[in-house]
Amino acid sequence: MTGTLSNLGRSALGWLLPAALLAGWEVASRAGLIPGNVLPAPSAVGEAFWKLLWSGELVENIRISTLRALSGFVIGGAIGFSLGLANGLSALSRELTDTTLQMIRNIPHLALIPLVILWFGIDEQAKLFLVALGVFFPIYVNTLLGIQGVDPQLVEMGRIYGMSRTELFLRVILPGALPSIFVGLRYALGIMWLTLIVAETISASSGLGYMAMQAREFLLIDVVVLSILIYALLGKLADSLARFLERISLQWHPAYQTV
Amino acid sequence: MTAATITARQSFAAPSARAYATRPAGTLAFSFRNVAKQFGGKAVLQGINLDVHEGQFIAVIGKSGCGKSTLLRLLAGLDKPTSGELVHGSGSHDDKRTRIMFQEPRLLPWARVSRNVEIGLTGIEKGEAARKKGLDILAEVGLADRGGEWPSVLSGGQRQRVALARALIGHPSILALDEPLGALDALTRIEMQQLLERIWIAKKFTAVLVTHDVAEAVALADRVVVIDGGRIALDLEIPVERPRRHASPELAFFERQILDKLYNR
Repeated sequence: MTGTLSNLGRSALGWLLPAALLAGWEVASRAGLIPGNVLPAPSAVGEAFWKLLWSGELVENIRISTLRALSGFVIGGAIGFSLGLANGLSALSRELTDTTLQMIRNIPHLALIPLVILWFGIDEQAKLFLVALGVFFPIYVNTLLGIQGVDPQLVEMGRIYGMSRTELFLRVILPGALPSIFVGLRYALGIMWLTLIVAETISASSGLGYMAMQAREFLLIDVVVLSILIYALLGKLADSLARFLERISLQWHPAYQTV
Repeated sequence: MTAATITARQSFAAPSARAYATRPAGTLAFSFRNVAKQFGGKAVLQGINLDVHEGQFIAVIGKSGCGKSTLLRLLAGLDKPTSGELVHGSGSHDDKRTRIMFQEPRLLPWARVSRNVEIGLTGIEKGEAARKKGLDILAEVGLADRGGEWPSVLSGGQRQRVALARALIGHPSILALDEPLGALDALTRIEMQQLLERIWIAKKFTAVLVTHDVAEAVALADRVVVIDGGRIALDLEIPVERPRRHASPELAFFERQILDKLYNR
């Protein structure tokens, strides 16, 4: 019981600083220390939030952006995970593809935006492509690292006890690689939002990034700030979800044991 | 049986009734016939001839790098001899019947203790029957109530007990032990030696213990084989009755003989 309370207290602690900043910001705005055309007061941002929420515009834009982010994530993540598994398990596959992948990895994927616009225009494919490409590498690299890092003594143990290849993979290799795969997952979620926002800001006709760019054109600075805050919240939400999954599937790990 | 060893020390008690009378001395557990093993042209083992009878407890001793672990890996089928052959006795054609236990427990950290033990039944038994056997064998190694724990919360000695349970659950006819107590503290070691002896007496398997601890070898084994430079340098029966007392004068006598051989004194 006291454990639950202190846990609650500790997670509240993380919100203390943002809340204080917000309060300071409001006070400074009201006192005229921060001009409204540089940074609107939090209350003004809140007002913009209500307005957009009631018009349905906000929900629609969040829905579109989330859908894009997740589709790109699923495509890039699935390809990255499969290639990571293949290259971790088969030396032949690794020798064949790893050099190429490492070369591509060193190109910042956002540098491809001009090319992507030429290829796909400003359609959905362009954004899916960029998000998938951005998500691919952290998942690929960390899956590969995770599998290569599995203790060979445990693999030998599994063989000695007569595990089949499938059993060995499901009971020894995959669980052993999981902590590293989760690192890749959390990293990929960050890249997912980053890529999407940049892509939507440059070329889109809907979504959160588009909403922010439209607001800039009409000098609606409260909406711009609101968009930025929503990015922060969505990013935090995705990260919390990943941490939750991590806690559930890594219960055995001493770092996740609560007792 | 080497009569010479016994006559040399007539004053000792008669050979252990358990080891020499109740066991049919004729049934062969395994036999190395002129076995050699090379790694990259370097001979690690050569001219190894060794017959071990079923139910015998044999200890293999030698300085590090002498090839004793290689001998064990050959026995467990983890490596193949470069020349010569390894023959298994009638009762143990099946590879599943030889189990090996390492210096590290090699438990899966993401599986509960009981699930780790059940790995020993892979391909033999599953489900409820495996679960039941797992609990039984955990009780035998003194961890009856720890089946639901993660391996990370156990002590080093307890983890080795789990590894022992996993090795024994499939009823191996040969248990190969590669310095399984090497990483434990002195007191836990003695406890584990007693546990190992008790279980060996109860389960009647053939035990092959590789160790660098001469006291441990003479305390546990019916027979000690010393390997030096890839060859068998000494093959000695330890006809001391069980239960044996640590550091008793009988054991000390054999211990000194082995140490003299190891250091060519």
